[in-house]
Amino acid sequence: MSKKTETKTEETEEQVSGGKMLFSMGTIGIIAGVLIVFTFTFTMPYIKANEAAFLEESIFDVVPGAYTKKVVTLDENNTIIPVTNPDEVAFKLYSCYDKQDSLVGIAIEAREQGFQDVIKIIYGYSPEKQAVVGMKVLQSTETPGLGDKIETDKDFQENFKHLDVSLNEDKSALKELIVLVKNGKKTKKSQISAITGATISSKAITKMMSRSTALNVPVIYKNLDILKKK
Amino acid sequence: MPETKNTTPENMEIFLKGVWKDNPVFVMLLGMCPVLAVTNSVINAIVMGVATTAVLILSNFLVSSLRNFIPKQVRIATYILIIATFVTVADYAIKAVSLEVHKSLGAFISLIVVNCIILGRAESFASKNSVGKSVLDALGMGAGFTIAVLALGIVREVLGNGTFLGYSLFGEHFQPLVIMILPGGAFFVLGAYLLFFNWLKERKEKQASIETSAI
Repeated sequence: MSKKTETKTEETEEQVSGGKMLFSMGTIGIIAGVLIVFTFTFTMPYIKANEAAFLEESIFDVVPGAYTKKVVTLDENNTIIPVTNPDEVAFKLYSCYDKQDSLVGIAIEAREQGFQDVIKIIYGYSPEKQAVVGMKVLQSTETPGLGDKIETDKDFQENFKHLDVSLNEDKSALKELIVLVKNGKKTKKSQISAITGATISSKAITKMMSRSTALNVPVIYKNLDILKKK
Repeated sequence: MPETKNTTPENMEIFLKGVWKDNPVFVMLLGMCPVLAVTNSVINAIVMGVATTAVLILSNFLVSSLRNFIPKQVRIATYILIIATFVTVADYAIKAVSLEVHKSLGAFISLIVVNCIILGRAESFASKNSVGKSVLDALGMGAGFTIAVLALGIVREVLGNGTFLGYSLFGEHFQPLVIMILPGGAFFVLGAYLLFFNWLKERKEKQASIETSAI
């Protein structure tokens, strides 16, 4: 059986027309397309459910002491309003409360282009400490062994246990923006110490955090009274 | 099917070739990238082995059933397309089953596309043999690959982390050999296995030569 096929292909090798090549590649392209689209539509609900569960878990990870959460968003006047259908809103904040229903922190999502693809993170902000109190990578395809250390490196994670984002006197902006410094050169609480060998990934995390905190922290502060009411 | 009886030993041989005689990892040394990179835990090794086997079976099946339809000139391009399709399917499937496993395997799932075992089997076996034999060959090669990554994964997780599938084995006083779950450990373990398999092969050859000279 196998020998027969071999000789057959060798014989016809010279006679294949361009049209046949195009036809066979096109057909296989269509088969491939159908298979991928079918799998995509079939698995999407499961993937969505998994992602939602992971996000939920991550929110409680980045805001220590959180027991319940509420999804909120901002209206045109930068005022916090509650969200009824989270799927319809692009920008979301998750305000977290402890067992006594008092506000312990706000979890905020951020994203930025990394070394390979977009990195998505979530971080927790504590209005009481005026600091970032936790960070978790939600999605990344950084280089294994180098860039993916943003998820696993203990020293790097230590940066986000208490990252200072205090506001200035009139509470309109941050006193100091979050900046990246070389590994071991960290002197202030608003600095992130980079991972050696993963500069681009460290930079991406710093950039998204710096931008997101500068934008959101003053707004959160302004709306603190609304957020405190559960 | 009167032929079945005659072909059974042959079919068995096709399957066993992949598992033992031509083991893709320990004998042919193919697909070293996932073998070294994702064998740091047993669960990663299992998922990688199963995913690779699934892609192997499906792509061998499609390549073999279309082998008379694909012109020789464009075969590599079509094989890559077929393989990439099934890898995407596997990627979605893993994501749907467990996001955590998908995250820990990271970019290596997409990298199954360039695993030379799969393209190698499509080119050297599936494109020349019947569908049944090709699927059998894929099963054998997939099993061989899974056994190999599992062999590495077990040693690395047990020694490097003191656990098996996440369950602690030795109690809290065990000091794990952290090097084993780091990339360097992969080379040590693979090297040790290769040493063992080559020693086995050499011993077998020696015995065979002794036997023939005795005759």
